[in-house]
Amino acid sequence: MGEIIVKEKDVVVPGEVIAKGMDFLPGMGTTRQGDNILAARIGLVNIDGRAIRLIPLSGQYLPRTGDTIIANVVDVNFSGWRVETNSAYSAMLNVKDATSDFVAKGADLTQYFDVGDYLVGKIVNVTTQMLIDISLRGPGLRKLGEGRILKVASSKVPRIIGKKGSMVSMIKQATDTKIIVGQNGVIWISGEDPKGELIAVNTIKKIEEEAHIPGLTDRIKSHLEQITGRQLQLQETPEGMSHNEG
Amino acid sequence: MTAKQARQHIVKLLNKTARLDGRGFTEYRKPISIEYNISKSAEGSARVQIGETIVLAGVKMEIGQPYPDTPNQGGLMVGAELLPLSNPDFESGPPGIQAIELGRVVDRAIREAKAIDVEKLCITEGELCWVVSIDICTLNDAGNLFDAAALAALAALKNAKLPERDGKKIDYKKLTDEKLPIQRLPISVTVCKIADKFLVDPTNEEEEVIDARLTVAFMENGEICAMQKGGDMALTLADIEQMISIAAEKSNELRVVLDAD
Repeated sequence: MGEIIVKEKDVVVPGEVIAKGMDFLPGMGTTRQGDNILAARIGLVNIDGRAIRLIPLSGQYLPRTGDTIIANVVDVNFSGWRVETNSAYSAMLNVKDATSDFVAKGADLTQYFDVGDYLVGKIVNVTTQMLIDISLRGPGLRKLGEGRILKVASSKVPRIIGKKGSMVSMIKQATDTKIIVGQNGVIWISGEDPKGELIAVNTIKKIEEEAHIPGLTDRIKSHLEQITGRQLQLQETPEGMSHNEG
Repeated sequence: MTAKQARQHIVKLLNKTARLDGRGFTEYRKPISIEYNISKSAEGSARVQIGETIVLAGVKMEIGQPYPDTPNQGGLMVGAELLPLSNPDFESGPPGIQAIELGRVVDRAIREAKAIDVEKLCITEGELCWVVSIDICTLNDAGNLFDAAALAALAALKNAKLPERDGKKIDYKKLTDEKLPIQRLPISVTVCKIADKFLVDPTNEEEEVIDARLTVAFMENGEICAMQKGGDMALTLADIEQMISIAAEKSNELRVVLDAD
C-alpha cells in the first residue's frame, strides 16, 4: 500500500520523496525512481486522485500543447518558419497553419513573416522528441505590430494574467495600452502614450517581484490607482474568450 | 538580427520625445559610481557602474624595453574582454571584433590625450622602462560599455601605484607611494543616432537598433583628443557637430564623478 509523504501545496525541492509505492502516478515535474516518486524541480505539490503533479515555482519555460505563446521568427524555409519560443526548443510554423491565402509553390514567404517578426501562436503539438508545431488559426492569434517585448519568468505568468484575465485587463484599463501575455513568459506591450506604457512595464515587473506575497491584486490595484489617478474596476474575461483578445 | 517591430517602436517613442525607460535623450542612467581598489593583485583597479552596466578595470605594471623608435618612452597597452557572464551574446575564446574595438577606443583616448607622461615611465633610455597594461572586464552589459570602460580605465590609472623595483626585479607584494605620471584625464562620451534623434547612454535594446554612434573623448580644457564612429549609417557634418556638442556637455557630468574621490 502506498503512502504520500508530503501534503497538498507543500513546497518540494528536486530529489525529495513525494510518495512511496506503486499506487501513485508521476505527473508533470516528477519522476519515478524504484518505488518512489521524486520531485524533479522546485514546486508546489498538487495531488489529483492517483496522479501527482508539481506546479513549478522556478525554471525555464517548457512548451506544452495548448499554450498560447509569443514567438520570434528566426528562419524562413520552404514550408514555413522556424520560431524561437523562449525555451530550450524552437518551434515550427507551417504555411498552412499561418495563413488562409493560397500560397504558390516556391513563393516568397517573407511577405507573410520575416526574420525578426514577433507573433502570437498556439502550440498545437509537442512530440516526445520536443518537436513543436505552432499555429495561428484561432481567435487573437496573429503577427504582432510594433511594440516592446518584455521577458518574465514563465512561472509568474498566471499571476500577471490574474484570475480570468483580471490583472492584465486592469493594467490595460489603467494605462491605455495593448498587452499580450504569452504563456512562455514573453509579453508584448504597445501604447500610444509612452508614459502609460512605462507604467505598464513597471507594474508587470512589480507583479513578478511580489507574486508570492498575498493580497497581490488589491496591492497592484491601489498602486495603479495612485499613479494614474483613475478609479479601476476588476473585470473578468467572459467564458470562452482569451484575455489576449481586444 | 534586428527586430523590426522593436525598432519601429523605439522610433515611435523617440518621435514623442520618450525613451523605453522614460529617460530624457541626453540623460545618463543612475547611479554613475566608481569604486577604487577592488583588486588585491593589480597595482590599480576600479569598478564603474552606469545604471546596470558594470565594468572592471585593472592596471598592471611590468618592466620592459622601450621600442627602438621611442627609446625614451615607456609603454601602454589596453585590452578588453567581454565576459560571457555579462551578456548572453558574448562567447568565451579569443577577443572578437567588439572586444577589440572597445579596447582600441579606450586606448586611443588615453594615448592621444597623452594622459600618461610616457617619458617619465622610461628608466634607462633604450634599455629599461615601465610598461603599463590596462585590462578591462565587463561584469554586466546593460548597454553603453564604451563610456563605462573608458571611465573605468581612467579611474584605475588614477588609482595605480608603482610596485617596488630592484633593477629588473619587481616585488608586486609591496607598492610604493609613487603614482603614475598622469597629466590629463580624457573623458569619453558616446552619442547614438536613431532615425534623426541623438541619445546618450543607450540600453541594450537601443544599441541593437542604432543607425550610427560616435564616441568622442574630451580633455579638461574641452579639446577633443579622440573619436570613433560606429554603426552602419553615415553621418553628415551637421550630425557630427551636434553629437560633439552633446558629448561635450555630458563629459563634464562624467568628469565630476571621476574627480569626486
